[in-house]
Amino acid sequence: MTLLTTVFAAVISTVIWYKTAPKSEMQVGVLCLIYWGASLMWLADAIFAFAEQHAAVFTPAPEEMLNDLYLGLSVVALGLVIWLVILLVKDPKGVVKAALFKKKNG
Amino acid sequence: MACFLVPAAEAVITTVAEKVIASKEKASKPIEVPSDGNVLESAQKLPFSQKLKWLNTMLWGGSALLAFEHLWHGEIVPWFPFLTAASDPASAMEMLQEMGTVGVSMALLVTAAWGIMVSAASAIEKKAQKALSAEK
Repeated sequence: MTLLTTVFAAVISTVIWYKTAPKSEMQVGVLCLIYWGASLMWLADAIFAFAEQHAAVFTPAPEEMLNDLYLGLSVVALGLVIWLVILLVKDPKGVVKAALFKKKNG
Repeated sequence: MACFLVPAAEAVITTVAEKVIASKEKASKPIEVPSDGNVLESAQKLPFSQKLKWLNTMLWGGSALLAFEHLWHGEIVPWFPFLTAASDPASAMEMLQEMGTVGVSMALLVTAAWGIMVSAASAIEKKAQKALSAEK
C-alpha cells in the first residue's frame, strides 16, 4: 500500500512537471525524483517480500493495509515538506528574498 | 531494518562525484530545441553533473522517505545505537544480511533507472544535434 501510494504521488507529480515544463520555477522535477526514488526502493523491497511470502503479499490483513495506507500518506506528506523546504531555500522566483528585502525597507 | 543506508551511502559518493565533475566541466556548444510547439530555441546540452544530480535527488529523497518508514516501524530510535537491530549480535547479523540483499538491490534499481534516463536523454540530444547538422 505504501508502494502504491508513493507510485501514485510520483505519477501525479510527473504529470504536473510535464505540464509546467520547460519552466522549472516550482522545482516540481525535484518532487518527481524524490517520489520515483522512494517508489523504486519500495519496489525492490516488495520483490524481496514477494520472494519470501509469495501471494500472501497481495492479501494483507485490513488493519495492516490501513496502517500501510496511513504510512503511505505520511510519506507523501513528508515528500511534499522536503520539496517545499528545497523550494524555499533555492527560491527560484526570488519571493523569499523579495519578502525579506521588503521587511528590511519597511 | 536498515536497508536505506546502502542507497544513502551511494548518495554520499555520487554527491561528492557531482561536485567534482561540476567543477571540471566546460560549457557545451548550444543546440536548437523545439519550444512552445514549433519555434526553435537555442539551448545547451545538459552537462553530466546535472544528470548526476537526478541520481542524487532520487537516492537522497528515497533514503529520507525510507528512513521515515523505519522510524514509523520503530526500527530507528533517537538514542544510541539508533538502529534497534544493532542492539544485539543476532539482529545485527540479520540487519547486515538485509542491507547486503535488499539495500544493494534498492541502490542498483535506482541506479539502473537513472542509467535508462541518461541514455534516453543522450539519445534525444544526439537526435537534436543530428537534425541541426542536417539542416546546415
